[in-house]
Amino acid sequence: MSLFKVFDVAGSAMNAQSVRMNVTASNLANAGNVSGDPDKVYRAKQPVFSTFSSSLADQSGVQGVRLQGVVESNAPIQVRYQPGHPEANAEGNVYASNVSTVEEMVNMMSASRSYKNNVEMINTTKDLLLQTLSLGR
Amino acid sequence: MDIPALSQHEQALRFRALRNQVLSSNIANADTPNYKARDLEFADALKGARHESLGMTQTSDLHKQAWGTSRDGGKTMYRIPTQPTLDGNTVEMDVEQAAFAENALQYRTSLAFLDGKIRTLRYALKGGD
Repeated sequence: MSLFKVFDVAGSAMNAQSVRMNVTASNLANAGNVSGDPDKVYRAKQPVFSTFSSSLADQSGVQGVRLQGVVESNAPIQVRYQPGHPEANAEGNVYASNVSTVEEMVNMMSASRSYKNNVEMINTTKDLLLQTLSLGR
Repeated sequence: MDIPALSQHEQALRFRALRNQVLSSNIANADTPNYKARDLEFADALKGARHESLGMTQTSDLHKQAWGTSRDGGKTMYRIPTQPTLDGNTVEMDVEQAAFAENALQYRTSLAFLDGKIRTLRYALKGGD
């Protein structure tokens, strides 16, 4: 019964979106981090999705979602001159993380919307299957 | 036993289930870079069915009686996007959701038809009541 595959596909997408939510939460939580060392400062992380079809493989090309990895943003790090800061280096500079709060909020909304879409998809498919089961009653 | 009155709707259900799967794959991959949205064409499946229904001689019991919507439901084809995206993904959520809802409704329609047929058959078998 091919309708059952929808659960696998939507499940994999929900999994990927929840990772995205976690990464966004981590970025937002660390948005205000500063460090005296530019190499140690927190950099925004972004998950990368790819398609996945090994166990779902068939000729129709139905594919789930897989988390390919998490990449660090190479956006420039902000340098602030704050000689009074406890983390400031010899030149009196501190380095702030390159997290863009606006971008992360958009990411969070997008992830939650996608997650909801997948939940709706599972609900609809579940309804269809239950109706099919009660056929002829 | 293959009851022609039922097999028609059974084939339609099979096509709808397959399309449901393809559309769910599109919605699931809404954020996957370079994913290309796919869809099945009903007309295609119907054409395949008409082609298959041309009288073919059955010389073995292993030969499948083919009519209704063709088994694989036609070919999956890539959707042509109306708006370009930066990441090469061609899933347009509004289009996909509309298609998904429409397909679910069509599935339910086929189920309702099938249910009616089964009810009629039972009515006939029981001789009324």
